[in-house]
Amino acid sequence: MKLKGSDILMECLLEQGVDTIFGYPGGTVINLYDSIYKYGDKIKHILTAHEQGASHAADGYARSTGKVGVCIATSGPGATNLTTGIATAFMDSSPVVFITCNVGEAFIGKDSFQECDTVGITMPITKCNYLVKDVNEIASTVRAAFAMARSGRPGPVVIDILTNISGQEAEYEKVDLDKHYESGKLATLKNRPTHNLKPHEPEGDIDKLIEMIEASEKPMVICGGGVVRGRAQAEFLEFVEKADAPVAITIMGAGGFDGSNPLSTNMIGMHGSQASNRGIDACDLLISVGCRFNERVTLDVKHFARNAKIVHIDIDRSEIDKNVKTDHHIVGDAKRVLEIANKKLKQQDHTPWKEYVFQFPKEQEYESGGDTLTPKQITEAIAKILPEKTIVATDVGQHQMWAIQHLHFTYPGQLITSGGFGAMGFGLGAAIGAKVGNPDQCVCHITGDGSFRMNFAELCTEQKYDIPVITVLFNNSALGMVRQWQTLMYDHRYSQTYMDRGPDFVKLAEAFGIMGMRCTTKIELEAALQAALESGKSAVIECPIDIDELVRPMVPGGRAITNFIVD
Amino acid sequence: MNRETIHTISVLVDNEAGVLSQVSRMFSRKGYNIESLAVGTTHNPAISRMTIELLTTQEKAELTCNQLRKLLPVHSVKLLSSESAIKRELLLIKIATADSIERNEVMQIANIFRASVIDVSTESITLAIIGDNEKNHAFENLLEHLNIMELVRTGIVALERGTSTIDEDTKEKGEFDYGKNVL
Repeated sequence: MKLKGSDILMECLLEQGVDTIFGYPGGTVINLYDSIYKYGDKIKHILTAHEQGASHAADGYARSTGKVGVCIATSGPGATNLTTGIATAFMDSSPVVFITCNVGEAFIGKDSFQECDTVGITMPITKCNYLVKDVNEIASTVRAAFAMARSGRPGPVVIDILTNISGQEAEYEKVDLDKHYESGKLATLKNRPTHNLKPHEPEGDIDKLIEMIEASEKPMVICGGGVVRGRAQAEFLEFVEKADAPVAITIMGAGGFDGSNPLSTNMIGMHGSQASNRGIDACDLLISVGCRFNERVTLDVKHFARNAKIVHIDIDRSEIDKNVKTDHHIVGDAKRVLEIANKKLKQQDHTPWKEYVFQFPKEQEYESGGDTLTPKQITEAIAKILPEKTIVATDVGQHQMWAIQHLHFTYPGQLITSGGFGAMGFGLGAAIGAKVGNPDQCVCHITGDGSFRMNFAELCTEQKYDIPVITVLFNNSALGMVRQWQTLMYDHRYSQTYMDRGPDFVKLAEAFGIMGMRCTTKIELEAALQAALESGKSAVIECPIDIDELVRPMVPGGRAITNFIVD
Repeated sequence: MNRETIHTISVLVDNEAGVLSQVSRMFSRKGYNIESLAVGTTHNPAISRMTIELLTTQEKAELTCNQLRKLLPVHSVKLLSSESAIKRELLLIKIATADSIERNEVMQIANIFRASVIDVSTESITLAIIGDNEKNHAFENLLEHLNIMELVRTGIVALERGTSTIDEDTKEKGEFDYGKNVL
């Protein structure tokens, strides 16, 4: 049947099972929004306050549901406002399809109003991107974009459609998802002449891994983001229990392995626990599952796991030997590799080694700080009052580290945080996306005053669509993480990190029509969380904390992983 | 290992818009300058072959190759060793000649180097030469004292000696292709 380009786009989203999109209208996407109007009963559109908020929401939706998120924005500033969100999704391998329109064919390349080279700008921060110049290519491109976003190592894909073709008509025929590979761009990909599409069999590599485990007395395992993205938590649990190895968890790996499991040493790296970092230093075999050895994990690579043979399991071959030199690698999806490994691995026993590792603390104790709330008291209250399965979305900074150190995540998608890109302002949008994708789950947004000030406008999105998110705001009136570095490494020269300024966050929330509360004691905080939970509405709970609170422990960049400057 | 030398990287890519940009970005993002770049289609018109020369260390060259292999439009990448690669470049040079004596001198040098004269006018002569870096440099040096008006090179193209090819099925290639598999 003949359909308008923008209607074809909607039909293609339906083919993919998309029922929610996040976005913001503008001049070049009016055709798309006309179709969104028409398809309103099938696809729900969430209008945010800013394109960046929409981009993070689509990302949060994708991370929490495991499905592909969808985000729409207009040309020029609409597209550039997405870029922080695209880069965030790219660094953390989150599958999101971003759809923008560009100026019409007659105007492209002429510096027309709201024109920018969207494909050029987003090339370094997408898995792939497309400029669609022919209405007959829309369906094929959307099908390829979704397949690209979710396959292999997931990631963001941008589709930039010339606005005039979104209004032209073309023949459209519905194609079932499993038949997408039979035509168009996906068929071309499948039939690439030099492409070897034989199933890659890592069996021999796994046999070698098993031998290495059997020869090891002090094995250690890293749970990375690949376990989360691959939803390989069951296989991972069986694997580490059989290998009887302590597990250090990266920020992206949180939720891939239960932080409260007796084998967990908790977080690894710059703010990793003593148990994790000292375990890595002393182990004789390090098996990394889906971790790319970012420098915040390894710190000084020369000293990283210096006594160990390193085995790297990753879906992306280009990660092997990129950051650390490995002794063995297995390329494959975490779930599949561990499934095969579990069949071959016999039960190991490393009691003395575990005793060594777990003599070190896996979580930092904080003094209860007199009159003000401590970070640990806040996370304890959250853990106590909010339901066990609560999804936590964070912003970036000290509060992020405290949340990840002290809350134990038990399933993939429970923690949503900008680990790789570290984008302040990510949390609120991401929390909204997570709540939209998981309406039955409580969603808690943990933020700091600096991060929250960046994108708090999305409170209007929560209010308008009645998306209940509980925001817990750690307010130390400072850019705490930068200030912490200034304290420890810049001799207390607090350049531009003191933020003694508005707004009054309680009044701000109220101005958006959202419940605002300020808590100074643990009892008040627990009551506020309870009230927010029972109301079933959004709330902003501000918790003033001491400006001098530090994230502990800490190993500064470039030092050996056990070289803690604060315990 | 950490010494900077010229590395020759061959890349098979889809013959499509934007691919050159994607490939060259892998060099520019690290601030690497490409010494030489040649691109053209292969016996399969849907596939182009790029030959890139780069001054860098072995380790960085290998890392860059791995990042190129990850790109969707990239089919195969091979770092060619200087021993196994046959390299050639076409150089065109236009020289201003005042009289027949000068033209004769140029043509003598051209003869020695088996360069061909591809254009002559009363005031200029244009030569073409095919050779590896060394030969072309020697040729250029001999003409340097003359009045060179323009000089252009195509960039090095390279193939391996013997039966080795760029797209051999290796375990490593299988591993990279696995990550690009959209099925």
